[in-house]
This record gives sequence, structure tokens and C-alpha cells, in this order.
Amino acid sequence: MSAKEYRTASSAQGSLLVVEHAPQVAFGDQVVIRDHLNRRRNGQVIRTSEHEALIQVFEGTGDLDLENTWVRFLDQSLEINLSPEILGRIFNGLGNPKDDRPPILSNVRRNVNGSAINPAARNYPREFIQTGISSIDGLNSLVRGQKLPIFSASGLPHNRLAAQIVRQAKLVDEESSFSIVFAAMGVSYADARFFQEEFADSGVLGNVVMYINLADDPPVERLALPRVALTAAEYLAFDLDRHVLVVLTDMTNYAEALREVATAKGDVPSRKGYPGYLYSDLAEIYERSGRIKDRHGSVTMVPVVTMPSDDITHPIPDLTGYITEGQIVLSRDLHNQGVYPPVHISPSLSRLMKDGIGKDDTREDHPRVANQLYAMYAKALETRNLAAIIGAEELSERDRRYLKFAEAFDSQFVGQGEDEDRSIIETLNLAWELLSMFPKDMLTRVQETDLAKYHRSAD
Amino acid sequence: MSSKDKLGTISEINGPILTIHLPGIRNGEQVKIGQMGLFGEVIALKGETALVQSYESTEGVRPGEEVVGLGRPLSVELGPGLLGSIFDGVQRPLDKVFIESGDHIGRGINLPALDREKAWHFIPEPGLEIGNTLSPGQLIGRVQESAIIEHRIMVPPTLSGVLTELAPEGDYRLDDPIGRLQRPEGKQSKLMLYQHWPVRTPRPYLRRDHGLSPLITGQRILDTFFPLLKGGKSAVPGPFGAGKTVVQQQIARWSNADIVIYVGCGERGNELVDVLETFPQLQDPYSGHKLMERTLLVANTSNMPVVAREASIYVGITMAEYYRDQGYDVVMLADSTSRWAEALREVSGRLGQMPVEDGYPAYLASRLAAFYERAGRVESQGCGKGSVTLIGAVSPPGGDFSEPVTAHTKEIIQTFWALSKELADARHYPAIDWVGSFSEHVGIAAQWWHKEVNPDWEHRRKQALGLLARDAELSRIVNLVGPEALSSAQRWELEGASLIKEGVLQQSALDPVDTFSSPEKQFLLLDMVLMIFERGSELIELGISVQELTDLPLMAKARRAKQTFSSEQCDKIRLLMEEFKEAFSKIRLEYAKFKEHTQ
Repeated sequence: MSAKEYRTASSAQGSLLVVEHAPQVAFGDQVVIRDHLNRRRNGQVIRTSEHEALIQVFEGTGDLDLENTWVRFLDQSLEINLSPEILGRIFNGLGNPKDDRPPILSNVRRNVNGSAINPAARNYPREFIQTGISSIDGLNSLVRGQKLPIFSASGLPHNRLAAQIVRQAKLVDEESSFSIVFAAMGVSYADARFFQEEFADSGVLGNVVMYINLADDPPVERLALPRVALTAAEYLAFDLDRHVLVVLTDMTNYAEALREVATAKGDVPSRKGYPGYLYSDLAEIYERSGRIKDRHGSVTMVPVVTMPSDDITHPIPDLTGYITEGQIVLSRDLHNQGVYPPVHISPSLSRLMKDGIGKDDTREDHPRVANQLYAMYAKALETRNLAAIIGAEELSERDRRYLKFAEAFDSQFVGQGEDEDRSIIETLNLAWELLSMFPKDMLTRVQETDLAKYHRSAD
Repeated sequence: MSSKDKLGTISEINGPILTIHLPGIRNGEQVKIGQMGLFGEVIALKGETALVQSYESTEGVRPGEEVVGLGRPLSVELGPGLLGSIFDGVQRPLDKVFIESGDHIGRGINLPALDREKAWHFIPEPGLEIGNTLSPGQLIGRVQESAIIEHRIMVPPTLSGVLTELAPEGDYRLDDPIGRLQRPEGKQSKLMLYQHWPVRTPRPYLRRDHGLSPLITGQRILDTFFPLLKGGKSAVPGPFGAGKTVVQQQIARWSNADIVIYVGCGERGNELVDVLETFPQLQDPYSGHKLMERTLLVANTSNMPVVAREASIYVGITMAEYYRDQGYDVVMLADSTSRWAEALREVSGRLGQMPVEDGYPAYLASRLAAFYERAGRVESQGCGKGSVTLIGAVSPPGGDFSEPVTAHTKEIIQTFWALSKELADARHYPAIDWVGSFSEHVGIAAQWWHKEVNPDWEHRRKQALGLLARDAELSRIVNLVGPEALSSAQRWELEGASLIKEGVLQQSALDPVDTFSSPEKQFLLLDMVLMIFERGSELIELGISVQELTDLPLMAKARRAKQTFSSEQCDKIRLLMEEFKEAFSKIRLEYAKFKEHTQ
């Protein structure tokens, strides 16, 4: 580490600071800045040449005067200390303690930017995680090492759903629980508090590490936060052999911070002013989940994305959906009808479900039951639209059956208590109870053996 | 370092783009950057300075560090050992990288693509003698590369001359010369089991040829409704979750190509792992050997450096052309070309080039067109006819097909398989929308189908599409005024369309029987549902109610036939058709009796 300080700052704007005559500064270098009141700020080199270095200041350049700004280059990338002691602790976006307790001392230091996992080193995720939530377990199953975001919108209970997943997630045949990495970017104090209390109430606090950047904390810090949190998650998973569940909330705040910084740097904007590299940037975060050969642990990720104006085609949910392995979409309609969790199954999807369910993992009829429920529900929604136009009285008996099914599906299958932890077998039995509203002939996506075994008709 | 290496220094670093001072470097030349030895490529020259894009993260690189020019553009190694491997975007073998640098991909790793230790059994071409004059691309011998693929060793495309030495049959490693040529200008050139080729230059061939036979993928909506010829170009656009990846993987699994090259360009790591783990176990339906024996993967996952992503599809297509030159039919799947275009955009943005549409540079359309143009069926220099069929996935933002990448791609390709969010939401898979998709190959494909399967194919296909169009029309009416407004005949049309959708178009990639349909089975299923529709129409004309027909238990059998009967059990589909005919005759008789009775 160099002790030399430069007092050659030549311009400051927003979060960007230019320092001149600082020779041979490495790209990505960490920087400590001292201002006229001797306050410390942190920064990172985002462009460097023989003449000057451009620094992104995490805390912003407000109140700096260029004459009295001292810049020290640390000659290293952003790194954090890691040890098992991080569990139970709260940190900020740069990995510094936020709970008035001492910093982590350890000789394990890791670069937070990580590097891509070699596809040849990956194991395909295929172990079913039971969340106890029927709409997820039955129809959009989560597996260990998957990244499955919750697409929500303001006013919807995504935090409660995320908390319920954290509380209830387990593997069917193992009692081992998950370690939790909780990464909050730009969330309100109330939301952060909600999660802390949740963790405390369910007695898992000692198994949780929290990285928190509140809505009034510096936005630039939000860019480092998920990387710091995921570095901790990788350490827990691949050094300490734990199964880690990472909750990232809210990725929309992250992307907005990225846009803010990109605009200040003068990057060419693409859709809605977000920089062209938003996809790659988000991928650097999401792709850090997974399973690795010969390692016991895993990183499973549940990011929360609130869709601006409920728009799923907005760049943030759109690009997220292209990277993640599916999505759980919440619906305002269902929420207004009082359904909790308001999971809209039609646009929801789990890409890794196929290999985590079925005979040896959940039950042999599971893939076909899920397929059949989807088909019936799609048809039922069509019928519901029709009923809205011509009136339910005009419908045929067959169509009215679909309407009844949709109602029961929303209220009994999707809807469940916040503390209701259904086993996968309970979920599948419930599915058959609903499917049995139809005669066997109408259920063409399940096999005849399934019908014989599970259909509850009189014949 | 040899004396001809060119040396320079870094003056600025801006993410993956570096400015270097290196007089005499060529545009497009590869460079080695800094103490870490990162790989990069010159993309622009300005006086004595050059702009370089780095294939690896530049974190920690400093101005003033050294840059070495390597004297040649980004090139790939082409030779035995490619098949069954997985490479990164600049052709580094990822399994060897794994051994060298562990779970995560390190930087500055310099590994040859092909294994230098492995010996291959080389058999020289019979009849070839010392003193023969060899032309570019001429066959000089063979190596059994995998259980099914015989690797044809050729004179490199730019080399010719008199054969002065030829190794006898035996085991050779890649660095052992297997022959020598005396070039016309007098110099000697060694012939090896492998060659190099710059990825951005298309490999030469004698002449282009017409596509003749369709690529059979075993997927009914593709083969029967929107066929693609071997040597054709196609695009699969669709919003996320519509099933692009499954469509591509199904093609990789079931198509009747000799070689499949799958380029994961800016996509999910786990999807490639899925292929890596399952293909060595899956059987090729044509040869009976393992699928991995004919498959080659290029992986630039979304979190790998963006510049290497831009290179990855060129690396893929160059390897495809190499096997084409050996006389093989190659399918190259690029998933996704949108990520490639975005990589282009990112680099152009960093260079401060003027953006035109959605931030993309003005040369997007021409680069796309030039890339797709590398597909085709050709007469190769020395091994007869070969083809590269190119299938590109497109990921339009928000599922909007009017965005630049989809729009430009649509102008170039011949077959367009449009994926629809609505169909996917209703779990109608493959979610290929029969209204938005098209194929310019139907006429030529029809000749093949009529000869190989059934002369009624084109007619049946047209009938089915007509019925589906009618269905869309009638559904609009139903949505306005309800089903009661329709006549019996119209309601039977809806039923007929639903039979096509459920009995033919929908196909489950997960069902062991349904996942692959032989052309014969495809035609029979279509023939069956249309026969049901036609016979049913006759009955309805007589006054029999639609309800009576839809309530037939046989109808569920028709819908399940695709997963009940495999491609080898086509006879049973024929039997089922007979059952239908009987049932319909019976209804007709009963109805006639009943009529007689009441009169």
C-alpha cells in the first residue's frame, strides 16, 4: 500500500473525481480520499491514463474543495476480509461494519469482483428446495444453485414472500438449513427493519449476514454492495461448505444507481437511459449463483425486482429475465382480491424445475400435474375473459366448470397463509383435488396411470 | 519472445478498451497486454497509437505497462480433437482451463485449443503419391476423430504445390508433420494434422450450391410447418421464457446433421452445463452413438468479458466452415445473436462512435448480414458438398420484434421461427407462433417430403394452416359475442384447430416419446387430425351435434397419440385412424336409422 497522497484533483462532479499527474494508477484500484475536514471517503479508479485518473467516489464529491482534497491510491482492488464470524453481522455496501462492532479480522481476503465460474467447473443444479409455497413448489420449483427472481411492483408483498421463503426453505430429505446472505440496496429503513425482525423472530439471526445500503445512503455504494455480498456468499458456500440462500433486494434500485453513474460518466445510453452494458453488469451478479464440482455448498439466489409502473418489459425486469433461470411474477389483481402470495402463474417460470422434480425427487406425477394445472388455468383464464363479455349465465356447463376451477385455484392453491408450510406431497394432493373437478377425459396432459392413482372421480 | 514481436506501451485504460502506443502494429492484430499477459485485438489505428479491445478483464492493469503485437489476427486451430470439447469465446479449452486455474477462469491463460499430447491414427489418402500436385483444400488423409466422425485432413485453403513427402499410416501427434509440399514459388511447407484460420475471414470454397433437402429436427412445428433447408439461415426470436433455449437444444439433439456446433453467446452458464452433462449420455437417433461425439460447444457465458463474446460467434462459425469443407452437413446454433450485437454496441459506445438505433452502431445491419452469409451449401475445395446451417436465437428487449437486431435479422434469414409469449404463458410448447413465422423453403422441402414421405404433404400443410387461420378469425367472434353465435360447422372448425394444436403442434421436449417425431410420424399425426376433421364435418352436415363428436372417448386418444406411439409405431397410428373411420361410419349408420325411424 502506498502512503503517498496526491493533492492534484482537477475536477469534481457528482460522484466523479479527476486526479492529475498520478502516474501508473491501475485500472480498478481502490482509493481513499481525505477532505478539508479530514473525513474519509472511498473510491475506485474507473479510467486511467498516463496523465490522469478518473475516480468514482462512493460517497459522492459533495462538499469537496479541490485545493484541500488528498487522494491516496491503495494499489489493490476492492477486497473484503472473510471469516465464519461474518454470520450474525451487519455491514455496509463496502463490507465495513454497520453494527458498531469491530471489523472482521482474517487472513482470507477476496476481490469482490470475482471472476466468471468456468462452465466446465459447474454442476447442473438439480436438488429440489421445498419452500412450502404451493405456487412455487408445485409449478415453479426452485432448485439448489438456481437464480430465481421475484418480479414485483410497489405495494405488493414481495418482502413478505421473500421472508417466507427464507424461513421455510429446506431440502426434502435433509434437515440442514440454509445460511442466508441478505443484500439490501436502497431499501427503506422500514423494509430493512422488517427483515431484521423476521430473522430475529425465526431465530436464524446467527445464520444470517446482512449487507445494507438504505435509501438515504450513497447510491454509488449500491454498485459495490451485491458484489461484496456475493463474495461472502461464495466464501460460505465454497470454502465453508454451506448451502447459501442469497436475497437481493431491490435490483431496481441497483440498476438505477448504475444509470446514475453511467450518465455522469457520459456513457452512451440505450433503452430508457440505461447504459448498454446493463445486461452484462447484471449478469456479473446473477451468474455468481450455482453449484461447483466437488464442492459441497451452493449459492441459490432470490433477487427481488420491482417492475417500474408494473411493466414487465421495462429494461430491468426484461434483462433480468434473460439472465435468470425463470421468474416468480406477482400480480396486483390477485393482491387486490386478497390472495397471498399473489403469484401470477402464467408468466412465472422455473427453467431448472424439470431436473429437480419427478420420481426420485418429489413424486412421479409432479411434472405432468404441473403441466396439466397450467393448461387448465390458461383455459380457465380464457373462459373468465369470455364470461366478462357475455356473462357467466351464457356459458356452457363445461365452461362454468373452468370458472369454478379458476376460483378454487386462486384461493386454495395459490392462496395460503403466511405461516403455512405445505409439504410438496400436500401441494400435489391439493393439485389433484382441484384437477378432479374435471372428468378424466379432459385431462390429456397426465398419464392414464396418474388418473387411476390420483383422480378422485367416483368411477 | 522472438525478434519479430512488436513492442509498445499502454497509455490509457477505459474498461475493456485500451489505448496503446505501438508503431507498426496492424489493424486486427492480436496483442498480449501487460504483465498479466491478457489477450486482446487491435480495433483501430490512429497514427502511432492503436485502440485495443481486451478479451479479459483489465482490472489491475496500469498505464506504462508493455504490449506485444503477436503478428496475426484472432485465429483458431482446426484439427482432430475439436469434437466433444468445450471452448471459451477465443477457443481456449475450458476443461484444461479448469485444471489449470480452478473453479473460476483466471486471466492471461495461454493454452492451445487442441491437445498436443494425443496421438491420432492417420491414414494417408490411397493413390496419393510423391510428386503429385496438390491443390488447396485437397484431401490428404483421414483420422477417426470420434466414433462417428472421420476427420478429413486437407491441404490448408491457401496452400498448393508438389507433394514431396507423405507420412505412412501410423499414429501422429498434432505437432508431427505428416507431409511436405513444394510451393510454386519454391519454398517448402509442412503439412500437419491441423491448420490455423483467422476467424473474421470466411473460409474459401469452389462455388455455392442450392439447398436441396430439409434439415429434419424431429420437431413437428419446424419440419412440417416452417422447414429449413440444410445450408439455410434461420432465426428464433422470442422474449425471455418463451423457450428459445429449449428449441435450440432440441435441434442440437435431434437434427439429422453430421456435426452440431452450439455457441452459447452471453447466455446462462447452467444451460451449457446441462448440455455438457446430458449430451455424453444421450443417443444420437441417427448413428446410435453418443450425441457428444458430434457436438462441439463454445461458451461465452453472460458474465464473461464482453469482447470475447463478440469474438465467440466468429470462432464458432469458422469451426463450422472447417467441417463443411470436409464435406459434412453442419448445424451451428448461436444463442444469442442479440448478446453479440450488444457486445458490438458496448465496444462502439466506448469508442465514442455515433449510435443510430437504440444505441447500436450504424454497421450493425451489415455485420449481421455478413455473419449470416457464412451459412450455405457449397462445393468445397476438395471434399465434395458440405453445408453450414445457421440458426440464430434473437432476444428482443421486451419481446418487441421491431427492435433493430430482430428487424435486421428478419431481412437476412430465410426461415423465421417466432416465439410467442402468449403461447408460452398458456404452456403451449414449442411456443412458435404459426401466424408470425415463415419459411421461404416450403417449395423445395415439399419435393423432398413428397418423394420421401407422402405426396399429400404440401396440401395437408396448407389445409392445417388454413384451419388455424380460420380458428383465429372465429375466436375473435367468440370473444365478441360468445360461442352461441357460431354455427355447428364453425364450432367443429374450432374443434379441428384445437386438435391440430394439441395433437400436432404442441410437442413436449421432456416426454421421452414425444420429444422426437420422424417425418413419417409427423405426417401421420397431421393426416389423422385432418381426416377426423373432414369426416366429422360430413357428419355435422348431416345434422349430428358437435357435442356428440367431441364426447367420443376416441378424441382424447387422438390428442394423446403423439406421446402414446413412438416413431417406430406408425402402424398403430394408422390403426387408430381406422378406428376413427369405423366409429364415424357407425355414427352415420345409427343416425340414418334414427332418421328413417322418425320419418
